[in-house]
Amino acid sequence: MRNLFKRHSVLPGFGLTLGWTLTYLSLIVLIPLTGLFLRTTTMTWSDFVETVTSPRVIASYRLTFGASFLAAVINSVFGLLLAWTLVRYQFPGKRFVDAIVDLPFALPTAVSGIALTTLYAPNGWLGKWLEPLGIHAAFSPLGVLIALTFIGLPFVVRTVQPALEELEAEAEEAAASLGANRLQTFYYVVLPALLPAMITGFALSFARALGEYGSVVFISGNKPMVTEITSLLIITKLEQYDYAGATALAVVMLVASFFILLAINAVQWWFSRAALQGV
Amino acid sequence: MSIEINRIHKSFGAYQALKDVSLNIRDGELVTLLGPSGSGKTTLLRVIAGLEEPDAHPETAIRFHGEDVRETQIGSRQVGFVFQHYALFRHMSVFENVAFGLRVRPRRQRPSKLAINSRVHELLKLVQLDGLAGRYPSQLSGGQRQRVALARALAIEPKVLLLDEPFGALDAKVRQGLREWLRRLHDEIHVTTILVTHDQEEALEVADRVVVMNAGRVEQDGTPEDVFHRPQSEFVMDFLGRVNVFHARIEDGRAWWDNVPLDVPGRFDHGQGQAHVYIRPHELEIELQRNGHPAIEANVTRINPAGAVAKVGLMSAAGRDIHVDIPLERLEVLALRPGDRVYLSPRKARVFVPEYVI
Amino acid sequence: MATAISTSASGHSRAALREPLWVKAIVFTLGIGFLSLFLVLPLVAVFTEALREGLHAYFASFRDPAALSAIRLTLVATAISVPLNLVFGLAASWAIAKFEFRGKSVLITLIDLPFAVSPVISGLIFVLMFGLQGWLGPWLRAHDIQVIFAVPGIVLATVFVTFPFVARELIPLMQEQGNDEEQAALLLGASGWQTFWRVTLPNVKWALLYGVILSVARAMGEFGAVSVVSGHVRGKTNTVPLHVEILYNEYNFVAAFAVASLLALLALATLALKTALEWKIQAARPSLEPTAVEG
Repeated sequence: MRNLFKRHSVLPGFGLTLGWTLTYLSLIVLIPLTGLFLRTTTMTWSDFVETVTSPRVIASYRLTFGASFLAAVINSVFGLLLAWTLVRYQFPGKRFVDAIVDLPFALPTAVSGIALTTLYAPNGWLGKWLEPLGIHAAFSPLGVLIALTFIGLPFVVRTVQPALEELEAEAEEAAASLGANRLQTFYYVVLPALLPAMITGFALSFARALGEYGSVVFISGNKPMVTEITSLLIITKLEQYDYAGATALAVVMLVASFFILLAINAVQWWFSRAALQGV
Repeated sequence: MSIEINRIHKSFGAYQALKDVSLNIRDGELVTLLGPSGSGKTTLLRVIAGLEEPDAHPETAIRFHGEDVRETQIGSRQVGFVFQHYALFRHMSVFENVAFGLRVRPRRQRPSKLAINSRVHELLKLVQLDGLAGRYPSQLSGGQRQRVALARALAIEPKVLLLDEPFGALDAKVRQGLREWLRRLHDEIHVTTILVTHDQEEALEVADRVVVMNAGRVEQDGTPEDVFHRPQSEFVMDFLGRVNVFHARIEDGRAWWDNVPLDVPGRFDHGQGQAHVYIRPHELEIELQRNGHPAIEANVTRINPAGAVAKVGLMSAAGRDIHVDIPLERLEVLALRPGDRVYLSPRKARVFVPEYVI
Repeated sequence: MATAISTSASGHSRAALREPLWVKAIVFTLGIGFLSLFLVLPLVAVFTEALREGLHAYFASFRDPAALSAIRLTLVATAISVPLNLVFGLAASWAIAKFEFRGKSVLITLIDLPFAVSPVISGLIFVLMFGLQGWLGPWLRAHDIQVIFAVPGIVLATVFVTFPFVARELIPLMQEQGNDEEQAALLLGASGWQTFWRVTLPNVKWALLYGVILSVARAMGEFGAVSVVSGHVRGKTNTVPLHVEILYNEYNFVAAFAVASLLALLALATLALKTALEWKIQAARPSLEPTAVEG
């Protein structure tokens, strides 16, 4: 039995460490998460469907998924530019820029939320220039987009950057020596090599944005049907002691983010297999 | 300390790394385990050290000085082990690496700080690294790391020294130097030593005894001279040194290479059949004329006189490549040119009939 | 500004990898401009708003008993959750990196799971477990134990959101480092504990610290999950980020930003430490290539 499960090793402590790992994992993560799914079984299927497809909920999906998707697209473009700048160019303050890219990871979301709101509010530093143009940034879907763009940027930069660093200069030099101009080299040589990383970065940024709460609630204004994200709706239901409703929405969001992570793994698996086959 | 290995089997899942291996090593011997990768030599070494557990088998035993050590904790086996990639503790200086085995002893057996200090310096002197005690592994060359690993293994006064491809990651010149140095060191300290290598030159040069392994089995166990000159299997013949392999026939109790009867001891009493004939490049004679003896016709294709002997490449009438080494003086006498027709006769040959070896 | 940029690829300036200057200028300006607008400007806004009414008002924000109690609660939650996850990270990485066993990749995926769960849901699962209507709610109520809307709930949510940080830093590094050094130590007579303390731990200390720093930053800054389980009782169940929210919603902007600036400073310190540690961890990666020259 022992041999079937584990290969012999002279190092001690396997039983103790694996035992503790499984116990702690079960207590903190697995049991509470299972509880979430079990809770939905207290609802009938039609109740569940009704809850997760009510007009207010659908509006929140539209905003959450739409703004998350757009933010991920914006981050893919600017993240690539930033990664390119950080890998290929030398400039003063590069180390600072490289470090500050991770700010959205490190800055508590509540802080980013109030800071962005202050900037984009009608009388804020940026809002007062946008308002005369008829652009309402804060307390509108645009505000949600801004907040989600803020928190998603590092995901793209941090996945594209290593891929760009690993890219062999020889491949580009070979392309140049074969007569390709810089744009052709970028399009035919560099971009395909970066594609897996860009897709992964896009998906991570998208997945993170779907569940974001702190940085959005301040800037969105939380108007039902207009600027209410799904995470907020979960809290609203919870505050009304509608545990079942909150749970139903949570399950929908959780399943969505699991599917995205599954898709990321599939993409990476597919690309690594394609690379092995030399396709 | 003598080592006795009896009927070891070891499998990793479905893969059988060792198939019924037995081996006896005398006290103070330096034995090399020689074989290609996947032959099981490293697994055998790790089994001896206690890093791998042999499969359960009624007659399996690993005896150090007559005592079965399979149940002994690996820290108490007093085995000095040098890993292929050295496994130096990267966050410790050279001194701390060598001192480690002494410092982790239980308080009552631990030497005093002063004693550890002098022991480490003594060892570093032995491996010629006394000036580098304060350096870290990352600041050392490959050869230096190798010697630190050896000093660290020797610090615990091992009864057995096990070396896994100790020179594998070093370049040719450094290897040669370290190899000679290791042999001298062994003559000095006389600890029973087993060295794993895939480099036949290294095995033959350094060892008292060579154990040739293939596919999890011992192919041959003997002195370097034995295994080189009296190989007991096609594998050993093939693996040690360069060799020409031809098809041979058995007829009338003799082995024939084309029309040349091969002068090998014994008779082939199995009637007729196919066999392989193995001839080393330096065991073939090149003649410009037929001189009455049976010989193989061949054309010279390449001559490379750069080296201690001249390497001549030929092609037989049957279209097979043949390699012949001749002394440079002989090359001058023959005055060979590519395209010349010559006649080859073996001075010595080995014939292997499947399942029957001469 | 663009004139100060020079091209570099793997440390060398290579002719074929140079874009025309105008392309470089555009890429650089767009990239850095985006970064400044979206990342740097909000950071500047935090400090500017905090100091809008001078240093006196700024420091007065921290003398508020509610602020002090929020800081205390945040420190308590961090001080409990980070060591718990540290011990877990060490145990998990030892089992996973040093041994071969079935189901290992599933286990690694499960450890990363909390990263895939959004903050609000991370809080919700504990409300469902321990809340009044939760699985254990009636039992807890009967025994007069309060988890949700109390300190234990905040600690639990914090433990959950910082769960994978240490483990996921240690596992890949320890897998790369392999077992050879541990085997060498055991062969030299070291015990299991000696091997762990003297060989394994020093080899991963920087990665461990890195994981701890990320955990601390997240533990102190977590908002969504804690918000769900806290109940927002001022002076009792408010952490620093929740205190910021309350001040902001009361239009007490200077105090809100003053407290927020504390968190922003923490974030900056995290980034600085992180950058400093990254090259130390790089140095702890095994390099199998021996140096070329024999000395």
